Amino acid sequence: MFAFVVKRLGLAVLVALAVSMIAFLLLRLSGDPAVALAGEGARQADIELIRHTYGFDRPLVVQYAEWLWKTLRGELGNSVYFKTEVGPLIFSKLPTTLLLGFSALLFALLISIPLGVLAAIYKNSWIDRLCLTTAVVGQALPNFFFALLLIMVFSIWLRVLPVSGSGTWLHFVMPTVALGYYVAPAFMRLTRAGMIEVLEADYIRTARAKGLPPSRVIFKHALRNAVVPVVALSAVQLGFLLGGSVVIETIFALDGLGYLAYQSITFKDYPVMQVIVLLLSVIYVLLTLASDVANAWLDPRIRVA
Amino acid sequence: MVANQMSTTLASDVQVLAAESALGSPIGGRRRIWRHQALTVGGGLLLVIVLMAIFAPVLSPHDPYAQDLLHRTVPPFWSDQGSWLHPLGTDPLGRDYLSRVLYGARISLLIGISVALISGLIGTTMGMLAGYVGGKTDMLVTFLVTTRLSMPVILIALATVATIGGSLWVVIIVLGLLKWDRFAVVMRSATQQVRALDYVAAAQAAGASTRRILLGEVLPNVMPHLIVVATLEAASAILLEAALSFLGLGVQPPLPSWGLMISEAKAYMFFSFWLIAIPGIALALLIFSINLAGDGLHDLLAPEGRTGT
Repeated sequence: MFAFVVKRLGLAVLVALAVSMIAFLLLRLSGDPAVALAGEGARQADIELIRHTYGFDRPLVVQYAEWLWKTLRGELGNSVYFKTEVGPLIFSKLPTTLLLGFSALLFALLISIPLGVLAAIYKNSWIDRLCLTTAVVGQALPNFFFALLLIMVFSIWLRVLPVSGSGTWLHFVMPTVALGYYVAPAFMRLTRAGMIEVLEADYIRTARAKGLPPSRVIFKHALRNAVVPVVALSAVQLGFLLGGSVVIETIFALDGLGYLAYQSITFKDYPVMQVIVLLLSVIYVLLTLASDVANAWLDPRIRVA
Repeated sequence: MVANQMSTTLASDVQVLAAESALGSPIGGRRRIWRHQALTVGGGLLLVIVLMAIFAPVLSPHDPYAQDLLHRTVPPFWSDQGSWLHPLGTDPLGRDYLSRVLYGARISLLIGISVALISGLIGTTMGMLAGYVGGKTDMLVTFLVTTRLSMPVILIALATVATIGGSLWVVIIVLGLLKWDRFAVVMRSATQQVRALDYVAAAQAAGASTRRILLGEVLPNVMPHLIVVATLEAASAILLEAALSFLGLGVQPPLPSWGLMISEAKAYMFFSFWLIAIPGIALALLIFSINLAGDGLHDLLAPEGRTGT
């Protein structure tokens, strides 16, 4: 187990390093940073001065190493647009996005696991087909369009939910649904497949033969085992949800990291953009690391193989 | 399960990707009929959309770019103020909505096909090499896939398009260079399964080159997997383009991208809901038909699926 964790940790560090390189290059791709800093109509001499002062005339590798060193020590620089330090700015927005991500994940699990179990129990019946069709239809709806539909129904026609903002928990209802429904089909399919496999296992037949009530067999014996891969997928999907929050937070003007990312991209605020890309990627790397270690702990076959 | 055969250091997200796309789950007789139906309905609908896109110049009642400021936001035919002159109404610039929706299908299909081709070429090459050669190549490809997966696609695409400047081809190339992960993962595990089979050993014994074995023996046999992943990725690319264009950082006006049309109509949606509903439904129908057809193909093409192993 120890060897597995060390190996997996090593991979996570390497991936994080590769991601930091890409995040750094993303900024440099944008053109000459000295010209951008100098602003419009700057004289050539000023640009040269800025280039030298900020060290943009040094080799890219040196600049990357310096940037990485500063980033690791928490010196994230200043935002070009918001004129504040990047670190505090980003960490003030992070809780909103984490809250949205977790509630969307919870929403997805709450609708997909019962439907997956139902589809597995009534395999190949009309219930199963209805669940699968719902999943295919759900995955065909673009999330930004679904978000606008929600606004139309719940804010304009029924007038029960606020259109935008992030003041109260009511502001989180529509973003949660709009973000969460999209990952639900994947969970449903996985629960269904897992349940079908588990329900054919010998110990389920034994439990049934003992005369246990069907509900007990399904929930106590089967679901518990079928749900293990769903837990692994949850960690991965949470990463996708945090990335997807860019679109949803922008629509609902929810004041989180996704909205900040959108603003930094439109205002070409590269220092902010860079750190958000890096932060979301590192969160994802940590999530998959945690999920893999948890899986290996639950299932010894993974560690030994 | 394919996932169980993979190496220990493979991150769980890669395994999930592989398991999601794995072919050959046991299918009963009734289920197979349902799959046939899925393929027929999905494929039929997709064919109709493709034909509409191809014959857009013939089917469109008006020029999709022609503005008519005297007839702005005319409602569709089912409304009281609607007219058959503009069956789906006009947008806030007076452009005929039906013509724009028809031409929009061309953009979405172009995005889906081109992105699937570019990312498919990259991902299939990586995946087949990793699966066939193994060893260090496999480790490198797995590392690249893991790195790619840890970066949020939409954010990277938005940032890149914002720096380079949005256009149809920029969106296609950026998405093509970003979306090869699933191809690589599925092709890798499919190649690993094929590698051990007799006809590959026979080709090796006959002295065929690696290139020849990969293209001549392995590729035809992993084709079903490739086609299924390509449909999934085409649908996902179309949705991503729509989202990028919706945020104003994708296809630029005046092109009639469905995502852009929804974005342009957003300000009017409270009074003229059909302005966002029409392109939204068009988008959903296209994705629905591709996914349904892909789902049907998924089981139909898998030889394991037929025998039920």
